[in-house]
Amino acid sequence: MPRKLPPKDVVIIGLGWTGSILGYELAKAGLDVVAIERGPWRDTATDFPPAYIQDELRYAVRLDLFLRPDQETLTFRNNVGEPALPIRSFVSFLPGNGVGGAGVHWNGQTWRFLPTDFRVRSQLEERYGKDALPADMTIQDWPVSYDELEPYYDRFEKLCGTSGKAGNIRGKKHAGGNPFEGWRSAEYPTPPLKQAYGPALFAEAARKTGHSPFPQPASNLSEAYVNPLGLKLGQCTYCGFCERFGCGNYSKASPQTCVLPALLRFPNFTAQTESEVTRINLDSTGKRATGVSYVDVSGEEWEQPASIVLVCAYALFNVRMLLLSGIGMPYDAQTGQGVVGRNYAYQTTSSVGVILKDKVLNPFIATGAHGMIIDDYNGDNFDHHGLGFVGGGYMGMGQPNSRPIQTRPVPAGTPKWGAQWKKATAETFNRAMSLSTHGSCYSYRDCFLDLDPTYKDRLGRPLMRMTFDFHDNELKMSAYLTDRLADIARALDPVEIATSPRKGPYTLNAYQTTHNTGGTVMGADPATSVLNRYCQSWDVHNVFVPGGASVFPQNHGYNPTDTVGALAYWTADAIKDRYLKNPGPLA
Amino acid sequence: MRLAFSALVGLAALTDAAIAQDLQSFDAIERGRYLAVLADCAPCHTAPGGQPFAGGLVLQTPFGNLATPNITPDRETGIGNWTDDEFVAALHDGRGRAGTRLYPAMPYPAYTKMTRDDVLDLRAYLATVTPVRNQVIANQLPFPLNIRLAMLFWNWLNFAPGGYEPNPQKSAEWNRGAYIVEGAAHCGTCHTPKTVLGGDKNDAPFSGATLQGWFAPSITANPRSGIGNWSKDDLVQYLKTGANDWTLAFGPMAEAVSHSTSKMIDGDIAAIAAYLKDSGAALATAEPAALAPDDKAMRAGAAIYKDSCAACHRDSGDGEANLFPRLSGSALVQSGDPTTLLRVVLQGSRAVSTSSRPTAPAMPAFDWRLDDAQVAAVLTYIRNNWGNAAPPISVGPVASERASLAMSP
Repeated sequence: MPRKLPPKDVVIIGLGWTGSILGYELAKAGLDVVAIERGPWRDTATDFPPAYIQDELRYAVRLDLFLRPDQETLTFRNNVGEPALPIRSFVSFLPGNGVGGAGVHWNGQTWRFLPTDFRVRSQLEERYGKDALPADMTIQDWPVSYDELEPYYDRFEKLCGTSGKAGNIRGKKHAGGNPFEGWRSAEYPTPPLKQAYGPALFAEAARKTGHSPFPQPASNLSEAYVNPLGLKLGQCTYCGFCERFGCGNYSKASPQTCVLPALLRFPNFTAQTESEVTRINLDSTGKRATGVSYVDVSGEEWEQPASIVLVCAYALFNVRMLLLSGIGMPYDAQTGQGVVGRNYAYQTTSSVGVILKDKVLNPFIATGAHGMIIDDYNGDNFDHHGLGFVGGGYMGMGQPNSRPIQTRPVPAGTPKWGAQWKKATAETFNRAMSLSTHGSCYSYRDCFLDLDPTYKDRLGRPLMRMTFDFHDNELKMSAYLTDRLADIARALDPVEIATSPRKGPYTLNAYQTTHNTGGTVMGADPATSVLNRYCQSWDVHNVFVPGGASVFPQNHGYNPTDTVGALAYWTADAIKDRYLKNPGPLA
Repeated sequence: MRLAFSALVGLAALTDAAIAQDLQSFDAIERGRYLAVLADCAPCHTAPGGQPFAGGLVLQTPFGNLATPNITPDRETGIGNWTDDEFVAALHDGRGRAGTRLYPAMPYPAYTKMTRDDVLDLRAYLATVTPVRNQVIANQLPFPLNIRLAMLFWNWLNFAPGGYEPNPQKSAEWNRGAYIVEGAAHCGTCHTPKTVLGGDKNDAPFSGATLQGWFAPSITANPRSGIGNWSKDDLVQYLKTGANDWTLAFGPMAEAVSHSTSKMIDGDIAAIAAYLKDSGAALATAEPAALAPDDKAMRAGAAIYKDSCAACHRDSGDGEANLFPRLSGSALVQSGDPTTLLRVVLQGSRAVSTSSRPTAPAMPAFDWRLDDAQVAAVLTYIRNNWGNAAPPISVGPVASERASLAMSP
């Protein structure tokens, strides 16, 4: 029998970005809040000190900060005709673990979706006709508009101190920024990062070929900054150890640098780490959650009663939590009925490798989100008539890192090891650039998440099963974007150019992105969504999934974190301003 | 240092020495609550995880351990049975009930400067806190120091009872600052060097002292060793928020800021700053010469600094305000006693979190990465670069600090 704890106003499952933002907002509003986190406590000076965090083997190769498959994993298959097998080593995507979640190990790319992304089905049908979309494509308009979300994007960027250059402030275009972006109420909190030589060369080539390059919005800070919570961040040192690492210099935005020190000052907030929530408990009607059950590090079971349950785990595990708790109808791919697990999507990435003649690029001068980007081929920024696909992505020259173990560019035909490989590495390292595209991945009827009928976790609960493959639309888009990028790369006068458009089938054996989206989709219609426009469960009104990427109806051509953060603030306001006054369905 | 006479249960001698003030007066209680902030009573009189003012925190003194007594109004184990006069005698004269002697870990040599009215207001407040039954064995000293009568002799040597005498040459603000610093706030308890017997060296007040494994730096107006380069506003910011353009409060001062100075009213903080900026400057010391940059330790230190320190403290040694302490021009960096420097490099340290500066950044530990010679070299370098000048650090003190930290986790 689990032991029952005194009730709380709010229980938060997972203390990453959304958990800490909601924790802060609701503790500040006076509620008694507990956050239950599966992984360990993590702190800058003790867990990511600059004296050893730049250990590529430990963190980037052996994945020290990430979830271990023996803690929790999922099974995978490309389609319903295949057997699903457990992922025994995370490679394609890397779920985080511990306090800070993915906010610890991200690169810092801080993108807003396009205004047209929020009404993607309407936009595409209006422009290209209803028949232009494949019959099995299940994309849908978001239940919120860009205009509604803009103030919340602004809040999250101010929380992070994001560095960048606005291209559109209240409808007025500004040179040097992204000419395609939605309107911003204000300039970025801090100016753009300084660009290294590689990105500067790319920008030159992009301009020469008629494009509009701009600095990538980055939450690795160009200068010291104090956020609205009073927390101070330092200036980025361009060490190039962002993704897969925590930041030891207080210069990458994360829950650790942007929220937690202020949150921990509230006496009405508690964090319970190394404790895994096993399910959300419902009352006898199934319409109201009574709290959660969890298992602590010693295997003890506890019941934490609460008036509000916030599901703030990683996107994939939000879906599993609802499936395991029986909240919402599970999606059935055969009938197309049900919603939980529906519209799982990913990201369609590709790259163009370039070796220049005689440049010295010093690519180790790097930071997670710096780089020069063009947005000419994202979303519906360009005319898709006759292209045979919809969607798009940003592309450019990021320079997130150039670490010695995993960055070994060599010309084609070089042996994989030995003296010649060493020689080629030494000759090529400073002349090689990796350009990339970061494309949308729309949703399809046959891409979904459900509970695996065979495999179970260490606690005896069914693993989640992922059924996913890239569709022709995405592969055509990737081929087109990669070609456009190669066109720009040719303007750099390279000695070698190698294009790698995304090819099917989707495989788990090479890193792509940790942008797993959908499964607890927000929407205007309970028949095609798990959550209403306030990220509130249609079925159990005191359960919210406040903005994790599992709420995305499909994935667009940008990194998810800015939208995740904006939706977290959006949900926090809905709870504070509306739900607390009158608990019940908000839509 | 012992207020409560925990053993004397039953001698409930309400000797009714005329309750001079109305203990129920809200004004008195409120003044007393603030005086408890000024005097920073709670941190010492609260054990880790314990009830406020219920005592039990073990203080490590050079002479042995003392546990702080219970000063809640519990009648048996606290001070609920004390008369006002007994309370005043404890704070003013270091006398416990029935005339026993307190140990000066209780800063009665400072509290003696407080007015009787202030002490009684403090008493009024302490009478309102939740009584907690908590028996504390305060005296854990070795023989013969455990004989409280020994303090008679100590007092004769080291203790000058008597209230604060205002200096008519100075402003009212200065005098208020002096009253707080020398009295309730008992700054000298940490910052004034001690004699062999643990008494204040009264010829060098506030010029820095080592206790409990930390060097409490000079807070005189001396520009090199003290806070002479800080503006009055720098000092105000430091006391109010725990951080300023120079440094952040850490170690025991983090506790003082957290519990006491950050909760003081602005006028009192300004008064403290006015007084400290205008006292003790006379102790000018000879300007030491900086080591030559081509000195062997300096060259090694420069390389280690670049590798391990510059990412945060910068090549310029300027750090980042409110985040990474400035090393250039820092008095602590150039202090004669390197205890704190050694400790911070070896063990790391977290800055205070206050409501206005909640970040609480921390310095990581380097004990696992730098050996004694490397620690000595990098400290020698930061003490003699960017215009800093201070004697080099040798390997010996690093080794002994490492050993001492290993003994007291």
